[in-house]
Amino acid sequence: MSIVSVQNISKSYWRDSLEIPVLSNISFEVPEGEFVGLMGPSGSGKTTLLNLIAGIDRPTKGSIIVANTDVTKLGESQLAKWRSSNVGFVFQFYNLLPVLTAFENVELPLLLTKLSKKERKEHVEFVLKVVGLADRIHHYPKQLSGGQEQRVAIARAIVTDPTILIADEPTGDLDKTSALEILNLLQTLNSEFKKTIIMVTHDPRAAERAHIIKQLDKGELT
Amino acid sequence: MKIPFKYTIRNLKTRRLTTALTVTGIAAVVFVFAAVLMMAYGIQKTLIETGSDDNIIALRKAATGEITSIIMVDQANILSTFPNIAKTSDGKPLVSKEIVAVINLSYSKKEGGMGLIAVRGITNAGLQLRPNVKLIEGRMFQWGSREVIVGSSIHKRFQGTNVGEKIKFGGDQWTIVGWFDAGGSGFDSEIWGDEIQLAAAFGYTGAYSSILFRLDRPDAFDKFKQEFEKDLRLQILDVKREKQFYAEQSEDMAMFIRILGIVVTVIFSLGAMIGAMITMYAAVSNRTVEIGTLRALGFRRRNVLAAFLVESLALSLIGGLVGLFLASFLQFFNISMINFGSFSELAFNFSLSPSIVISSLLFSVVMGIIGGFLPSVRAARLNIVNALRSG
Ligand SMILES: Nc1ncnc2c1ncn2[C@@H]1O[C@H](COP(=O)(O)OP(=O)(O)OP(=O)(O)O)[C@@H](O)[C@H]1O
Ligand SMILES: [Mg+2]
Repeated sequence: MSIVSVQNISKSYWRDSLEIPVLSNISFEVPEGEFVGLMGPSGSGKTTLLNLIAGIDRPTKGSIIVANTDVTKLGESQLAKWRSSNVGFVFQFYNLLPVLTAFENVELPLLLTKLSKKERKEHVEFVLKVVGLADRIHHYPKQLSGGQEQRVAIARAIVTDPTILIADEPTGDLDKTSALEILNLLQTLNSEFKKTIIMVTHDPRAAERAHIIKQLDKGELT
Repeated sequence: MKIPFKYTIRNLKTRRLTTALTVTGIAAVVFVFAAVLMMAYGIQKTLIETGSDDNIIALRKAATGEITSIIMVDQANILSTFPNIAKTSDGKPLVSKEIVAVINLSYSKKEGGMGLIAVRGITNAGLQLRPNVKLIEGRMFQWGSREVIVGSSIHKRFQGTNVGEKIKFGGDQWTIVGWFDAGGSGFDSEIWGDEIQLAAAFGYTGAYSSILFRLDRPDAFDKFKQEFEKDLRLQILDVKREKQFYAEQSEDMAMFIRILGIVVTVIFSLGAMIGAMITMYAAVSNRTVEIGTLRALGFRRRNVLAAFLVESLALSLIGGLVGLFLASFLQFFNISMINFGSFSELAFNFSLSPSIVISSLLFSVVMGIIGGFLPSVRAARLNIVNALRSG
């Protein structure tokens, strides 16, 4: 059974009145619990595709069904609510809020749920343990290494137990060792916690971890 | 609020310099705003404390104050015979027929210049009617002599007003034999002497400035006023409670200061609001990726709007509190101004009231909302994808 179904997606941007096609007629399925790698040259539309699946951008044409919800049919605030419980984001530059501690960053998505303060604390502490940062709970991002920051970001992405994990070049800004740690962590999340992961990467070593590789070139799957 | 308050506060702490500058701008405006209101309130408080609720003052109807009021002797005598007027212990009506004139006096060397001072000729009854006036040093002037006593503000601020010194006015030398404290009221800014002596010196023959008296029962005033208004011989006079008379005198001045002050501070506040706006626009553009991230995580536009508005409000409220805190020290300052009603100096303290505190904080909050509104709207309107790409 596929958890993500991308159906005939096209996406164009407009600059002034000039149409810039970015994606054309993309279709693919992601089975539940899969680890998908998305590769392709710069500018091929990887981030754009990821953004569409994650519900932060809208396709020009086509539909995207994630866990039986047609994301393209949701209104803006429904979509925000949907994202908060269905999508975990991992960014290349971690995107942690610098003024919040590791704990507070991870707690952020839970502020949109009905969980009590105590329950939130339990969840946050649990996921920080999963990513191996139980001893860095009260550190601020700038007191952490890049690899540690990315692990906090991964903790933030999984704390709501989302349907899919979206990672855009998660190791793109890391040294070799840290990159390896992050890939191991993602692999563990996939194999042990059965998380469905869609990851964009340029790095062949990262792509090795994925079970399915999709190649994108000039807006088309090859 | 969905986006935690600590996010707001820590962002303010992080960019210390711009926060400090913005807060300073708002604090300065709130300081001026509060100072003006405190000044107006100080005048009102001083003048209202000058009047007593039990005393009644009679003046010429058209007069703007005692200095422009003339009451002829026969009118004064008719008034004294009205029923319900309180009696002194020796059975005379408790009525003080007084004159008020304005003289020039030099300020202390430190301040320099000349000031206009009210000189009041009073009677024994006048002293009884103002029990809050206490002699601090020296003695009371002697009736029938060219002696005076001076109020504490005069004593402190004008040259040659110590006990034993002489001042020159009304074509004669007057010996200062004492100085008194009138509890911070307007009388502290007056010089008092024997009414008969002063009337002669100033050429008030057959006339007074005002008549102060008391009724046998404080609640008899309305009935007294009805009777008074029926008397055709006294049509050109008006009677009021003394407290009301001083309150009315303070109103024009306080209103003038308030309007002038508010106009000035509103103009200043434009600067502070633009400052807050620039700060907040910078905050939004520095944190575009953060905003995109928050939105991606599921926070709504309105959560972002609220977070930035709160940030701007926090800035302005801190500014407001700082400005108000600094302004509160003005309470220790005593200043003086020409009272429009009496054409003479009135010394008073800046005075803070709960309503001034509330209006000042409200004013700062309004500056925060106006200054922060457009930047917050920009933050809320950011497109998620573009915001994330801007990093
Ligand atoms: N908001 C936008 N407005 C206009 N053009 C855009 C926008 N977002 C993306 N594009 C264009 O769409 C194309 C694909 O961009 P995208 O970011 O998806 O590529 P990518 O495959 O992720 O590249 P990279 O490997 O460099 O991250 C690019 O040509 C980019 O300039
Ligand atoms: Mg990209």
